[in-house]
Amino acid sequence: MIEAKNIDFYYGNFQALKNISMKIEPKTVTAFIGPSGCGKSTFLRIFNRMNDLIKDTQMEGECLINGQNIYDKSINIDNLRKDVGMVFQKPNPFPKSIFENVAYGLRVNNMGDKSFIGQRVEESLKDAALWDEVKDKLNKSAYELSGGQQQRLCIARALAVKPSIILMDEPASALDPISTSKIEELIHNLKNQYTIVIVTHNMQQAARVSDNTGFFMLGELIEYSNTKKMFLNPEKETTQNYITGRFG
Amino acid sequence: MNHKEEELKLLKDEIIQMWKLVISQLEKAKIAFLTNDVELALEIAQTEKRVNSMELKVERNCENYIALYNPVAIDLRLVLSIMKISISLERIGDYAEGIAHHIIDRDCNNIDNELIEELEIEKMFGVLLNMITNALVIFDLEETKSSRKILKKDKEVNRIYKMAFERLESYVLKNPKDALCGLKLILLIRKLERFGDHSGNIVEEIVFFLDAKVLKHKGKLE
Repeated sequence: MIEAKNIDFYYGNFQALKNISMKIEPKTVTAFIGPSGCGKSTFLRIFNRMNDLIKDTQMEGECLINGQNIYDKSINIDNLRKDVGMVFQKPNPFPKSIFENVAYGLRVNNMGDKSFIGQRVEESLKDAALWDEVKDKLNKSAYELSGGQQQRLCIARALAVKPSIILMDEPASALDPISTSKIEELIHNLKNQYTIVIVTHNMQQAARVSDNTGFFMLGELIEYSNTKKMFLNPEKETTQNYITGRFG
Repeated sequence: MNHKEEELKLLKDEIIQMWKLVISQLEKAKIAFLTNDVELALEIAQTEKRVNSMELKVERNCENYIALYNPVAIDLRLVLSIMKISISLERIGDYAEGIAHHIIDRDCNNIDNELIEELEIEKMFGVLLNMITNALVIFDLEETKSSRKILKKDKEVNRIYKMAFERLESYVLKNPKDALCGLKLILLIRKLERFGDHSGNIVEEIVFFLDAKVLKHKGKLE
């Protein structure tokens, strides 16, 4: 369970998130939608403290994962990011082989011996629906894969260290429709094992893949509800104006 | 208004056009029945084809809108409502045509005028026309405040139907030579009663479109 409590976030003097509270149930897919600059990606990055890497920022409020405040001083950030994996908009494989990309997290965390790593790489590639396409060329460079395959490789890399939460920041926006549908299918299948939070600009994608949707605007969480309800009968007029394309 | 909104407005304008045509068919059916005007009845039968083709057009345009624009929220509810309203309107158009044939076929040429008055058919037509016209008004204005008032009028239609049915039953028993006409009149008032139900369905669709509430099968008149 993820629970954000009264989160405020500032880039310098600019307040990017305004008093946001939200609960995310385990093993669900939650989508964040909203216009550019609304704070949805900033809020996503709260969950694995990726915003800590950005200079001149400040956060207030609490973010609890399984009851523990991840902003507590006692938290080991590397362990947090192992438990809360992330996939970015642009596929970012390392300049290594397909195998080594997936094994990377296991190696740097000293997780298991050679046969364990081999087994985990296979499992992760299977879970990321990529195994059949790469099993005969595991030692080839990850750069030889197509964009869609590279993105699934990045998902496999995130899965390898067995996180409980996966954050996806527009994971399909740089992909063609076929690769996009593969990623969406993958999200659907991964839901049984992981809690997934996805930022997307594609509202139909949010409608297709998520159980719950949060609509952000100007740093505020305008509406957060069941996706079916959001797309058939949103509570707020602002949400309706945005999702029906009447915004602005 | 953006392109998507313009397309949606066209869908709305189209169903309103169909609605107005169906109302005019019913007004004509009322006059033709009360004045036994065969010419007017023939005109109704002829115009029915236009109602049918409008239904097909509305349906096709709704399908296209869904396929091309992926509507959500109130837009999706509007398109779904329009599709269902067009089915009800087409059915009401069929009833108007059925009434026209009753006149064309001269089913009840020698029937007592007093009986027709007792059956309150004119009143029934009046209530129904009021229902369907007011439903159009709330759809066009996108305002559901008076929806319950419209739905309640169906009670009056049902009362007249029940009364007229019983009156015709005793009339036929007393006048067996007019049995066929009696049966035909029962069919006619049955059509009007169904017309009331369809008008109710249309109002329910408008409430779904605007308020996202489903009134169907919920004892709406309680």
